[in-house]
Amino acid sequence: MDRRSFVLATAGGTLMTLDWRRALAAGLPAGAIDSGTLETLPGKVPLIKRAFRPPNYETPVDLFDAAITPNRAFFVRWHLSDIPDVDAKSWRLKVGGAAAGTPAEYSLDDLKRGFESVEVVAVCQCSGSRRGLSDPHVPGVEWGYGAVGNARWRGVRLRDVLNKAGVKKEAIEIAFDGADKGVLPATPDFQKSIPTWKAMDENTLLAWEMNGEALPHLNGAPLRVIVPGWTATYWVKMLTSIDALDKPLNTFWMNTAYRVPKGKFAFADRFLTQESDASTPITEMVVNSIITNIKDGQKIAVGQDADVRGIAWDGGYGIRSVDVSTDGARSWTAAELGPDLGRFSFRTWRYAFRPSKSGEYPVMARATNRQGATQTAELIFNPAGYHNNVMQRIVLVAA
Amino acid sequence: MKAGYPLCVVALATAAIAYAQESKIELKPGPGRELVMGYCVMCHSLDYIQGNSPFMTRQVWEAEVTKMIKAYGAQIPAESVPAIVDYLTANYGVATPPK
Repeated sequence: MDRRSFVLATAGGTLMTLDWRRALAAGLPAGAIDSGTLETLPGKVPLIKRAFRPPNYETPVDLFDAAITPNRAFFVRWHLSDIPDVDAKSWRLKVGGAAAGTPAEYSLDDLKRGFESVEVVAVCQCSGSRRGLSDPHVPGVEWGYGAVGNARWRGVRLRDVLNKAGVKKEAIEIAFDGADKGVLPATPDFQKSIPTWKAMDENTLLAWEMNGEALPHLNGAPLRVIVPGWTATYWVKMLTSIDALDKPLNTFWMNTAYRVPKGKFAFADRFLTQESDASTPITEMVVNSIITNIKDGQKIAVGQDADVRGIAWDGGYGIRSVDVSTDGARSWTAAELGPDLGRFSFRTWRYAFRPSKSGEYPVMARATNRQGATQTAELIFNPAGYHNNVMQRIVLVAA
Repeated sequence: MKAGYPLCVVALATAAIAYAQESKIELKPGPGRELVMGYCVMCHSLDYIQGNSPFMTRQVWEAEVTKMIKAYGAQIPAESVPAIVDYLTANYGVATPPK
């Protein structure tokens, strides 16, 4: 256990987190604030519970104080309640589908020995992170800011596995299924697909390791899909099968869920085989940031140094800059960026602030990616509450 | 048909993770509460209802219950739907949409 994990595991860490949970609840539905208690899952520090079953737990934002989110603090999100304890030794991955010439089956050892192991640092963000801040509120898991995390994932390239399976040129989508399922037979199984071009991207992995440790059960052991840049809906956990398809995957989770109205958001990554006239599957994450070390209404002393810190990320272009305002968006100054762990990673940032006179200082952060895309001032409303990258506004009180 | 209780037991028994903590969730008292606890809990803990409140009108709660039946396969008899929607609206909903 590293020092940070140790601190998190102590009672002091828990108390600090509780304080934060209250401070960041503003904007959530009242019922989500009341029921969003801190609860401890096996192998996790106390996280904000959104639902016990299926388990949906988010990370309190003060735990995002480093670029890498510790496994013990990483958010947990499942759609269906039957989540088996998969035995990694007897587990097998089936690779096939109508557009695969040479179907295959692998054990975890087969994958580790048969293909080159690679690593990528990448942000995994639930599509619905911040849904609870939607105005007006929309139904769903009422997430605050913490359905997101950043980890160093190790595994094999999906494209190496697909090439070995003789994927034909008719393959338009690559579909994934995991071992989790609904309690009722009629509940649609959680199956997702991505376009073949995204599956063949060198950064798209099948990972068994997270931050140097075996993937935790609650984060998808023994193997999950890593789709850097894209929201976590495609990062199928407890992966059991991969299918190369010659026609679009037709499931509830593709056709109805995880879609955004067409034309609302500017995306570079389109998922053309799943587009309809009105809507399109969610794809890459929008540029975003979180202020991680100050709370609304926090008091500071005039003339005292009060660093503002946080993280920023986007859909895989990389963060170009983070600007901070301490006067409610009238003027902006560039924050100092932390180490670059790659274009798919959280980028930490820091702004040295020293209030010169007493009064209220509305602190805001605005991340910009290398495409020039930036955060919005106003919510771009959509019925599922996706892609909320409205700038935070946290008032410091200097006296 | 009152299929809720036996199925509920099966559901809890087959879920691989122990979800003992959810037993501390208390829904508000009121007519229809037993129906909600019998049917909704088959597939998910009842904090889904608490968290999604209070901002849904009757129409939106009805759409949610319909989604559970049509999209997720919830085994709720048609005659029980109005009482469930009434309970959710009265205890976890709003009369008019929040502005």
